[in-house]
Amino acid sequence: MTMRKDPLIPMIGVVTDIRMDTPDVKTFRVVGLDGKKPFEHIPGQCAMLSMPGIGEALFSITSSPTNEDYLEFSIKKCGCVTTWLHEMEPGRQVTLRGPYGNGFPVDTELKGKDLLIIAGGIGLAPVRSVINYVRANRANYGTLDIVYGSRSKEDLVDYAEIIDEWCKEDGINVHLTIDREQEDWDGHVGFVPNYVKELNFDTSKTVVMCGPPIMIKFTLAGLEELGFRRDQVYTTFELKMKCALGKCGRCNIGDKYVCKDGPVFRLDQMSELPDEY
Amino acid sequence: MKQLALSKLNELFAAMAAQQQLYIPADKGGQAQFLPYVDGMELTKSLNTARSAKDLFFPQTEDIVGFQVKGTEITIEETRDPGAPFVVFGVRACDARSFEILDRVFLSDPVDTFYETRRTNGTVVTLACTRPEETCFCGAFGIDPANPGGDAAAWMAGETLYLKANTKKGEKLLSSLPLLADCDDNAVETVQAEIHAITEKLPLNKLDLTGFDGDHLMEHFNNPAWSKLSESCLGCGTCTFVCPTCQCYDVRDFDTGHGVRRFRCWDSCMYSDFTMMAHGTNRPTQKERFRQRFMHKLVYFPSNNDGIYGCVGCGRCLAKCPISMNIVKVAKTLGEGTK
Amino acid sequence: MQELIKAKAIELLENGTVDRVLGWKTGEFFYDLTPAVFTSREEIEKDFVYSVFSGANLSKYLVKESRKDGKVAAFLKPCDTYSFNQLLKEHRIWRDHVHVVGIACDGMCDMEKIRAYGAKGVLSVERDGDTLKLETLYGPMTMNKADAEAERCICCKSRKLVAYDEKIGEDGDVIENSGRFDMVAKLEAMTPDERYAFWQGELSKCIRCNACRNVCPACTCEKCVFDNPKSGIAQKAAVNSFEESMYHIIRAFHVASRCTDCGECSRVCPQNIPLHLLNRKFIKDINELYGEYQSGADLETRPPLMNFTQEDCEPSVVYERGGKQA
Repeated sequence: MTMRKDPLIPMIGVVTDIRMDTPDVKTFRVVGLDGKKPFEHIPGQCAMLSMPGIGEALFSITSSPTNEDYLEFSIKKCGCVTTWLHEMEPGRQVTLRGPYGNGFPVDTELKGKDLLIIAGGIGLAPVRSVINYVRANRANYGTLDIVYGSRSKEDLVDYAEIIDEWCKEDGINVHLTIDREQEDWDGHVGFVPNYVKELNFDTSKTVVMCGPPIMIKFTLAGLEELGFRRDQVYTTFELKMKCALGKCGRCNIGDKYVCKDGPVFRLDQMSELPDEY
Repeated sequence: MKQLALSKLNELFAAMAAQQQLYIPADKGGQAQFLPYVDGMELTKSLNTARSAKDLFFPQTEDIVGFQVKGTEITIEETRDPGAPFVVFGVRACDARSFEILDRVFLSDPVDTFYETRRTNGTVVTLACTRPEETCFCGAFGIDPANPGGDAAAWMAGETLYLKANTKKGEKLLSSLPLLADCDDNAVETVQAEIHAITEKLPLNKLDLTGFDGDHLMEHFNNPAWSKLSESCLGCGTCTFVCPTCQCYDVRDFDTGHGVRRFRCWDSCMYSDFTMMAHGTNRPTQKERFRQRFMHKLVYFPSNNDGIYGCVGCGRCLAKCPISMNIVKVAKTLGEGTK
Repeated sequence: MQELIKAKAIELLENGTVDRVLGWKTGEFFYDLTPAVFTSREEIEKDFVYSVFSGANLSKYLVKESRKDGKVAAFLKPCDTYSFNQLLKEHRIWRDHVHVVGIACDGMCDMEKIRAYGAKGVLSVERDGDTLKLETLYGPMTMNKADAEAERCICCKSRKLVAYDEKIGEDGDVIENSGRFDMVAKLEAMTPDERYAFWQGELSKCIRCNACRNVCPACTCEKCVFDNPKSGIAQKAAVNSFEESMYHIIRAFHVASRCTDCGECSRVCPQNIPLHLLNRKFIKDINELYGEYQSGADLETRPPLMNFTQEDCEPSVVYERGGKQA
């Protein structure tokens, strides 16, 4: 009997570049053994990266599908696998499998809309893919507002790309904020939820949001105050995952598997789910 | 339908084992378990095995893949054993149904090829339950222990073993066994009637599951009774590991010193580290973990699977839970809330 | 007995001595009792059960219960009071928050033994002195209570209540020559190969459900080494059967000289592994090397393996003794 390759068995990837983004976030560029992009994906989808013997973990793909050369992952150092990744040198091989999850509906529900992207901290990782996809297909979308906040200026992921590219493009309004005052910062200071309320966005926009649960909770409350409905807001979730195939049971919430049915959910769908995220 | 004198049961086993690996439920270490058949091995007198038949298709631990790491390079080594055809005899109706539930998980896209290979290799011969226990409640899930399913079904009546094929695989097996004689299909009607007379009297067999569906998801989830139901739970994995339908697993790496083996093993949502991430867990107390297990079986799974429950009423958790808390008590308590 | 206990529970609640009661709650059958906290007369009248199936040792629940506000009453059988004392000694229970009612016990029954005796589909049981009358799906039958008794009760070490605020029923005595080390002696008499084969056979049945650890009153670590991913031994499934031995042997070492031999580990094991034999081997060795010691019998003495005296045997004694037997 010939056996098919099991979806749990990964492929080999090579880390060709590692960029230090913030004191605890690095962005890893990964290609296949043939030097090409390992697979196609949709913004918001994830992939399993691993170092044999250390472990396997799921990460958002940060690069845009329009990038034809490689995949990028912005990874914050917080557990076993991420600590190992942060200590490695470029040129090393890792294992890779994916893409997993549904991704943001960039070619359907988001198409033609005025977009408001809200991110906090490492939450920029999955939405950066959306932003760059929209930039590459600018004609398909309306206005693009980006609200991004972090603890400090140093903790803003992809700061150089934001300043040098996003801020300079027509039709993109970038609103940065940091939690506390600091010397070399003359921008906005304050938490993301309050800033979103202050900016008083037009309620015709469609919102894509990612950040820590507490930010999502308060930002959502702020958006509802402004008059946004839950069905205008998309977010992406992160839970413990092992298989990413909707089988191992770990990321199950209600009748959904975050790895398969998500990680992107429209917030009106979340209100039908148990509050376990 | 085929028949054979029960006195010749071991000849039948020997004939099956001559063709392919045979597993039968036999006693070892003070309990019944599915064991590779060896000459003279006797079928257990126990109604069911301590561990379920899922072990044969989804073992507690199995290697997925191996890796060699040299310098900056990684090589993948396929460690998989392609397996060989096998027969498992004596699976009860409840465990036979559990395979249908496991199929929905493992054979749905993307297919789990480890499980799929074993399902393809395995021929399941079920055995009707002539003496159900008080803990049996398969009837609540529409399972009939007098018609136990599988690739072929067997009945013991008096001094005779009756066998009937249900699938092509079962037919192939039975037709390859010349010691079986043909007989009339209604030969097992009497024993079936006797079984039904007993199942009528089973105290839990009519467990009412009205209202356990996706439409009542939040109602069940928010039921205040969870605190009381879970208060004595030890947080062990007994219910999960004896359950024929529990299939959650973990994937781990093990450095053998001459290569890394990536293996998967059974895991339990009752364990505190099941959903533990670097920054914490979304189910911080035993109440949430306990609730997850029962909600998954009684509400989430049917909501995703055409109303089929993630329980087959085998009664193993009823007999084995150290504190005697189980799915029947949970269903009855929650059920009161939706009536 | 049950009526006296229920009346006491209600009395303690209603006269304000305690605000909740830890006991055993009725189940679907006569035997599947669940440890539970009762807070009202109605709950107690309806659901409280004390019978020969109230085997679960409630003392470990007091670790958590005694940390709550108010006071909890706990009904403890003689062997449970040993665990209670040991937990007090280890400062795991807040004594001021507990009112212990010691209750007499003449041996608990084990449903697995009733099934092993040949009873199938048991619907009810009635105790008539030393006899059990069973109603089953397949007709009535009788058996001696002794044949239904749990192994730990057959060789009960003590019917004496060693800790209580009040008691119900006649207090018993420590039982000399209980025979609880007989099986250990048999194992000691085996050749190392036979003994290895015995334990390999038993421990390889382990499914790593952790029930033995989670029920054990001597296992109250906040974070067990086997749950700590950084320990390097936190495997849910054993990579090989050696790991299962490691788990049980390390656990036995960890509870050695603190284990009161309550037998809960063997009671809860879904694979019927006689785990108590590992603990009893330690107890027997400790008795022989350091003098008779019963953990939990009192609040003052230090467990021999947590103490040092000049009279302690030299490590070489242990080595030589082991050498001779091997």
